[in-house]
Amino acid sequence: MSGIDWQFTAVLLTNGVLIGLMYALIALGFVLIYKATDAINFAQGEFVMFAGFIAAGAANMAGLSFWAAAALAIVGMVALAFGLERVVLRPLIGRPIIAVVMATIGLAAVLRGGAVLLFGAGTQAIAMPIRDTPFLVGPVMLPPVELVGAGVSIVFLAAFTWFFLKSRIGIAMRAVADNQQVAMAMGINVRRYFALAWAMAGVVSALGGVVWGAMLGVDNQLALVGLKVFPVVILGGLDSVVGAVVGGLIVGVVENLAAGYLDPFVGGGTKDFAPYVLMIAVLMVRPEGMFGRRRIERV
Amino acid sequence: MFHREAGVFKTSYGADMALYPLPIAKWGVAAFAGLFIAVAPLTFGEYYLSLLNLCLVAIIGALGLNILLGYTGQISIGQGAFMSVGAYTAANLIVRLGLPFWITIPAGGLMAALVGTLVGIPSLRIKGIYLAIATLAAQLIIEWTINHVTWISGGMQSSIEIPRPSLFGIRLTTEAKIYVFLMFFVVLAIVATLNLLRSRIGRAFIAIRDQDIAAEIIGINIFRYKLYAFAISSFYAGVAGALESYYLGIANYEQFQLDVSIDYLAMVIIGGLGSVLGSIFGAVFVTLLPIATRWGLQSFGHLFVSQADLDNLIPSLRLVIFGGLIIFFLIVEPDGLARLWRNIRNYFRVWPFSY
Repeated sequence: MSGIDWQFTAVLLTNGVLIGLMYALIALGFVLIYKATDAINFAQGEFVMFAGFIAAGAANMAGLSFWAAAALAIVGMVALAFGLERVVLRPLIGRPIIAVVMATIGLAAVLRGGAVLLFGAGTQAIAMPIRDTPFLVGPVMLPPVELVGAGVSIVFLAAFTWFFLKSRIGIAMRAVADNQQVAMAMGINVRRYFALAWAMAGVVSALGGVVWGAMLGVDNQLALVGLKVFPVVILGGLDSVVGAVVGGLIVGVVENLAAGYLDPFVGGGTKDFAPYVLMIAVLMVRPEGMFGRRRIERV
Repeated sequence: MFHREAGVFKTSYGADMALYPLPIAKWGVAAFAGLFIAVAPLTFGEYYLSLLNLCLVAIIGALGLNILLGYTGQISIGQGAFMSVGAYTAANLIVRLGLPFWITIPAGGLMAALVGTLVGIPSLRIKGIYLAIATLAAQLIIEWTINHVTWISGGMQSSIEIPRPSLFGIRLTTEAKIYVFLMFFVVLAIVATLNLLRSRIGRAFIAIRDQDIAAEIIGINIFRYKLYAFAISSFYAGVAGALESYYLGIANYEQFQLDVSIDYLAMVIIGGLGSVLGSIFGAVFVTLLPIATRWGLQSFGHLFVSQADLDNLIPSLRLVIFGGLIIFFLIVEPDGLARLWRNIRNYFRVWPFSY
């Protein structure tokens, strides 16, 4: 083999970009909550998994069409997120960050166990009404599911960027995130925006659940996607929508390149490993990420 | 412990900081310790002793995590990984060099402390959520490394079988013998923790937890003390990991995965942050929870569902109860079981004149 195999690299890069955009969709749910409520959602992967279960359950058990199932997943996740914000997160407002982190970890356990109790442990499929066979562009295979996922990601990322920059509600949310007390003094109903942020994260998680569920199948392993969220948001910055996209793309590309070029030497598994090494490096050098805001702390 | 004091007027700092505020407290603790050290191994059955043994290992790990999380305020989602470092260090020393336990267990602890210190280095720059994520990454990276580097993991399914330790020529094969062995380390860990916390280092930890910038201003080198906290905490974890593999007879990375780290976090939260007694309560509670869940379901579950369904339900239901309890304690009783215990004790201390 002479030098780098460009075809192989091109395949890895395209896959990386598509997967990266789908990571960005999940990371978006995380960023939305952090941006608005300062809470870290360690249960993001479980949200995605639960949404996948709702969609798959509605389609397979109740026999609904794909679109009805997806709609049900969105409605269900909004309701779930509203409820959880109310019952779990709201009592913890003003408590140390450890409390919120631990509460969402507890939530993750409840959702993972609860999903299996409700929907069964077997892997369920979500059938999207699109073709199964991948499109071929030269040597590169483009699976339709991933294309749809990437498309959904781009649309929603653009929508949320606009939302936070221009819309009245988005600006209010940024104000709440910036300083809760000042926001309250300006007449913003902080609690309502907390609930809204969780509901929006619910919508994004539902879309993520449908797309990822269609690609991987729905069982409680789907929650492991959530572990990929952390490298994405740390790279991009915890409170940046743009950062979620860029972080997602970098993680997607890096893990695919690592899997393609390093796996033969170390015997597999670099895909799950490389993003974390990258993340540690970023944490050491620039903890707030590429697009995150640096926080100044005072006594 | 169960005593009621009257007319206690402490006149020196030494008296105020003493481990036992009154002589009767010393006797209370001694009686309680005697019950668990001498009576339990002779009277309890094998099964109950095996449960206690699991609790003992967990107590050491939970104490370590509480030093880091409860006293120094640094989140770590990597306790399981530090335990695996201790376990594999000890296992390799046993299998390759045939060293006895009194070398391998401290060596496991020291190696874990070294790795823990490395993981703690980012804590200079980052804290809170960022540190949580960094330690999560450390957990996954250490897991991956052990699983993929056969020199450490021994190749076959990343597990190393190790013989039970022997002491004075007696091999500790029964549950009762290993119980006494583990109990020795638990007592050591508890006393060491209590003493650490009333030393200069312990007070520095608490100052860092309460406000790290303020602590720095009053002259505490926060970087050094944060690293101490990481090192000490992972030393405990390494010892716990080594003990666990001695007890189970095998070092396997599956014993120390992410869910184990989360179990330990739950122990510290449910037991009570910043409380030695709480670590013990939490460790026992979380260790026995799945067993109690299984027992409860097997006793009463067949009334509702079939036996086959039951076997599928148990792990999921355990997760739901486990997560639910974490959330419940965080919302309702943030200081955990230790606080509940204190409330009960205070109620009886002034009973019947509680006004």
